[in-house]
Amino acid sequence: MAVVSALSAGERGADLALEEVEVALLLSLAGQMIDFVGPEEGADDDPLAAMVGIDPLAQTPEDPALRRLLPDAFVDDPEAADEFRRFTERDLRATKERHARRVHEMLEAGQGRVHVAGDDVTVWLGFLNDTRLTLGTRLEITEDNHDELASLPDDDPRSGLFQVYDWLTFLQESLVQRLLTSP
Amino acid sequence: MSVAPAEVTRPEVVEETDRPWVTIVWNDPVNLMSYVVYVFMEYFHYDRATAERLMLDVHEKGRALVSNGTREEMERDVTAMHGYGLWATMQKDD
Repeated sequence: MAVVSALSAGERGADLALEEVEVALLLSLAGQMIDFVGPEEGADDDPLAAMVGIDPLAQTPEDPALRRLLPDAFVDDPEAADEFRRFTERDLRATKERHARRVHEMLEAGQGRVHVAGDDVTVWLGFLNDTRLTLGTRLEITEDNHDELASLPDDDPRSGLFQVYDWLTFLQESLVQRLLTSP
Repeated sequence: MSVAPAEVTRPEVVEETDRPWVTIVWNDPVNLMSYVVYVFMEYFHYDRATAERLMLDVHEKGRALVSNGTREEMERDVTAMHGYGLWATMQKDD
């Protein structure tokens, strides 16, 4: 099981010691996240719009998990939400993709040892959260069905997904606790 | 030439209409309570007690008003919250 340890005094972050299977899992999840949130590059993209970060075709995603990662910024005002999205979604996707790429790169270099400090703290927490949001949406997690999902039989397709979700929760919680308790 | 006393109240009015937008963070079943506290401290620089109070509002009341300001400022805050993975919206404060 992954070990998350505090850094030396004065440094914010944590050291991760991951098992081989855990590294493989996180690498796979990071790869999937890159494909999932990466900005959609259409052949008919307006190059000028792309340059200034505008996506004139951005709409509320139909996929519930993607909708959770890229939510509407306005309630009950689809027009304002769409406009906001056109101007911000490309950057938001790029941020999330960058987080996943950086995590992937650190895991490949680290052989199970990952030093999470400085800017990488936001990168790791963001990536872990995005991954949990995606799995949580797929599992249709609510405030009340955690125990039910935890006791699914092994042959239920959601069982493996939930175990991954639960492990990511442990990892994120451990990391956040190291940060909240460091001075 | 007369002096208009109404002028005196003007700065107050300006101040009110100057920060007419708010950012709201909504509850969801995935985000960890500790992570929400961390984000509020990290991004808004709230102290631990304020961040925890806002997190509990999100958790128990379903939502919390986390910042207010101009439309541009709230666009920045909402985008940042989405970057962290929190579910945030903005609206005009009535």
